[in-house]
Amino acid sequence: MIFFRLILTNLLRHRVRTLMSTAGIAFSVAAMLTVVTVLQGAIGMFSGILSSDSETIVFEKNVSDLFFSDVAPGALHEIGKWPMVDHADPVLFGIVSSPDHPIITCFGITADDARLRKATWLEGTIVEFNPDAEGIVLGERAAEFLHARKGEMVPVGHGTFRVLGVVRTSNGFEDGGVFLPLKAAQAFFHKEGSSVITVKLRHTDDLAAFKARVQSTYPNLTALENSEFNRTYSQFRILKATAWAVGGCGLLLGGFGVANTMIMSVFTRIREIAILRVNGFSQVQVASIVLAEATVISLLGAVLGLVVGCALLITMKYLPALHGYVDASLRPVVMVLVLVLAVITGIVGALYPAFYAMRIRAVEALRFE
Amino acid sequence: MSENNQRVAPISPAIIEATELWKSYEDDTIRVLQGVSLHVDQGETVALCGPSGCGKSTLLHLIGGLDSPDRGRIVVGGRELVSGNRALDLLRHEVGFVFQLHNLLPDLTLAENCLIPTVAAGTKRAVAEARLHDLAARTGLGHRLHTRIQKLSGGERQRTAICRALMNSPRILLADEPTGSLDERTASSVFELLIGMAASEGLTLLMATHDRALAARCDRTLEMRDGKILSNPAE
Repeated sequence: MIFFRLILTNLLRHRVRTLMSTAGIAFSVAAMLTVVTVLQGAIGMFSGILSSDSETIVFEKNVSDLFFSDVAPGALHEIGKWPMVDHADPVLFGIVSSPDHPIITCFGITADDARLRKATWLEGTIVEFNPDAEGIVLGERAAEFLHARKGEMVPVGHGTFRVLGVVRTSNGFEDGGVFLPLKAAQAFFHKEGSSVITVKLRHTDDLAAFKARVQSTYPNLTALENSEFNRTYSQFRILKATAWAVGGCGLLLGGFGVANTMIMSVFTRIREIAILRVNGFSQVQVASIVLAEATVISLLGAVLGLVVGCALLITMKYLPALHGYVDASLRPVVMVLVLVLAVITGIVGALYPAFYAMRIRAVEALRFE
Repeated sequence: MSENNQRVAPISPAIIEATELWKSYEDDTIRVLQGVSLHVDQGETVALCGPSGCGKSTLLHLIGGLDSPDRGRIVVGGRELVSGNRALDLLRHEVGFVFQLHNLLPDLTLAENCLIPTVAAGTKRAVAEARLHDLAARTGLGHRLHTRIQKLSGGERQRTAICRALMNSPRILLADEPTGSLDERTASSVFELLIGMAASEGLTLLMATHDRALAARCDRTLEMRDGKILSNPAE
């Protein structure tokens, strides 16, 4: 009890300092949570595009980005005919721009693609999206920022297209994207095939056989299960690493804040620590007081940071400018990890102050007035 | 029971045995102790007298494990002391300290201050509180247990310091000018308390003091000058 009273007393004695330190950790945690969640969400959305009604993705081997992948038309037709394949949908990815909107994702797809089948058609019908159609379908968000409605002409990239319809999808990228019939997309992006083929197998047990067949028939292609793709795709890995690195830097700054607070705290309590030593506190007990204080600061900061981070994510989710692009679904694993990292950072930050406190020589310290 | 709590059988009848202690500061330019030897038996009350700077406090610090000598040997309660902080850990439950300045933590209450040594020793709360109430009653502080230190008088603070020093039932009480900052009347009552508690607890009391009248009431008085003990009946 006295042990906790000592910790509490020390923290309350310099309230502003404690508050500043807690705020440092809180903002670090909030930043980490926000960056990691937003990027994880973005990854989730992108992988969602690929996994729409399919469990396997076929793309060109050793490409750094799917936008550069080129799957030949022959492979497209062949794979769709394999007996183990239920259906195979080609997707051609492209990036275009329009006035005021430098980046718009384009999806070149076929009329029976699950992305359009599953979408809610706000304007137009799926029938209008036939292979020979010379128009485009807009995601709801894209229609908003392009100020376009069905039947109107919109400038997209170097062309102008008639809007065949507007769809609402659950995926932010799709909602802010443009859907073109595959043929039109191939002509637009000067490609003969597609970027990827998303494949649904008749039986999931056939996955290994399917992968082996792709490997042997098309040595320049690779087939990966969606979860496998998410784990290994270099862009996702770079994004995840960036997210954790940015968050880690923030946390490191928070750790320095705790270290600064704790060292100042120890410096101003040299006499008090000496009194504890003279009254039987061991070096380990003295160190544990300093570490416990840092833990309390870190825990408070981490919890506060989680609250701030959640609030920030929810705000971002509903910001009109970011509508649909931020997936604010909080992952408990991320929250726990951020919490644990914050506490560890706080404790590590307090190691030197704790060591310093351990080394205080009571006889010298008691001479201070 | 931890190693530090164990009471080791003395290797000599003395509870404090100091031999040829030398201590200097600032590269040997200030010689505080110059070959001091001391022998104190269990239950004795010994006063160390002498002018300021003669080495009384330094001698107490060395015996209490707060500092280590440049040369010489110290055996306290059968344990030979090693250097600095480790010596303090060795003696943490063997020795109680009372200083001229009470050295209490101002943000805590009287009771909380007194319980500090028991927290360090890992004493059960019920046992610690029973001891606290007993000591507080005997030192006349029973009604002030939950008062913050800042609201206590000088005498009450020093009595609290005595109370705290006795919480772990040490065998030795080292008092460095315990009445030095008190008025004559309060000093006398604190000294009475100190002597009385030492007697009732069977403590060995080694006290540094300027007050010869108080010193005369101890079993023995040792006179120190320039880092040396001038008269030591035990020698």
